Amino acid sequence: MRSRKTMLLLASVAIVVFIASFFGAWAVADEAKQAPIKITAKMFEYSPNEITLKKGVPVVLEFTSLDRLHGFFCPGLEIRTDITPGKVNRLEFTPQKAGTFPFHCDNFCGTGHEKMTGKIIVTE
Amino acid sequence: MNNGMQRRDFLKMAGVGGVVFASRLGFWADAAMGELDDFFFVQLSDSHWGFNNPGVNPDSAVTLKKAIASVNSLDHQPDFVMFTGDLTHVTDDDAERRKRMKEVKEIIGELKAKDIKFMPGEHDAGLDEGKVFKEFFGEMHYAFDHKGIHFVVLDNVSDARSILGNAQLEWLADDLKKLDKNAPIIVFTHRPLFDLYPEWDWFTRDGGKAIEVLMQHTKVAVFYGHIHQENQHMTGHITHRSAQGSMYPLPAPGSVPVKAPVPWDPAKPYKGLGFRSVEAKAKEHAYNVTEFTITGEVVK
Repeated sequence: MRSRKTMLLLASVAIVVFIASFFGAWAVADEAKQAPIKITAKMFEYSPNEITLKKGVPVVLEFTSLDRLHGFFCPGLEIRTDITPGKVNRLEFTPQKAGTFPFHCDNFCGTGHEKMTGKIIVTE
Repeated sequence: MNNGMQRRDFLKMAGVGGVVFASRLGFWADAAMGELDDFFFVQLSDSHWGFNNPGVNPDSAVTLKKAIASVNSLDHQPDFVMFTGDLTHVTDDDAERRKRMKEVKEIIGELKAKDIKFMPGEHDAGLDEGKVFKEFFGEMHYAFDHKGIHFVVLDNVSDARSILGNAQLEWLADDLKKLDKNAPIIVFTHRPLFDLYPEWDWFTRDGGKAIEVLMQHTKVAVFYGHIHQENQHMTGHITHRSAQGSMYPLPAPGSVPVKAPVPWDPAKPYKGLGFRSVEAKAKEHAYNVTEFTITGEVVK
């Protein structure tokens, strides 16, 4: 009986250790990510409109529209998202090449649509 | 973007008059000769009524009126005139949008040709899903038949995401289902259906799905606007051909870092602006395209 209790105790400890190590590894991986970058979009600008990232480091861009539907399209990095008002629009990716990559609004948003631009700078 | 089609024939165009420089979409030209169903239409595009930038077009108040006068002065009038979008320049003010629509409709009303067909550009319909446009000009996608050719007008602008959308794609497939696979089809769109230059929004996000449907038919040509210049491109056997604008020209795809209207050249006023006639030979499945300047001279 005692031996069964011991076995159960050891199994419980093993499970706890396993779960703890899992979350620990997750936390380490998370630290390797860049903190989410919040970007607001409104007629007819992004803020910030210049974003610096590190090559090979995963990142999350969090877009919020302050007025109407906008878009975010960065052809050089092959990423895009709609920026729908009333929600946080998340874009998760890992830049795989260094350089400067222009982005622009690709959902027609009004008189200044053509000028709604910015750039992502990816460093080595 | 050269697709191998070149201006190569001087043709005497019945209906337009005079010897004109025309390009023939020759890949259909070996079919049987046809005369009874020959006709021509005029394509006008991107008049951007309400645009006001003297450095780009100091004559913006009369440019469209001159184009209309030039169409009216053709020796013969076209069977119909097709406006491929951006009749008005965008405004964030609904009342101003309505005013521009009303004014441009009055100007277009001066055309001698009375069969005038419309479709929106994103400047007309991108901010209100085409609500005001429909009040003035009617439906935004539709089909019609004319002298042996099936015409399809697609709306790839009233959804600000530059899409046709599933409902319209299903409508297109259903519309074409009743046709013979070899029936001649002309498609009008505002934006290019293919990825001409996505960096400048010169594409339709789900345009590939429309092309997929059209590819099932052997004789298809697409005429579009949006890019304010001539451009020819092939996707398989489908030819895509853009038109000059009638307010301001834009640079060639990717030729400058930032897309912006080409400044006015006082030495060459109206350079890069104009309209076109398309002589359609339904039985031959060939189209003779003639480009005109705003003031009505044939572009050579």
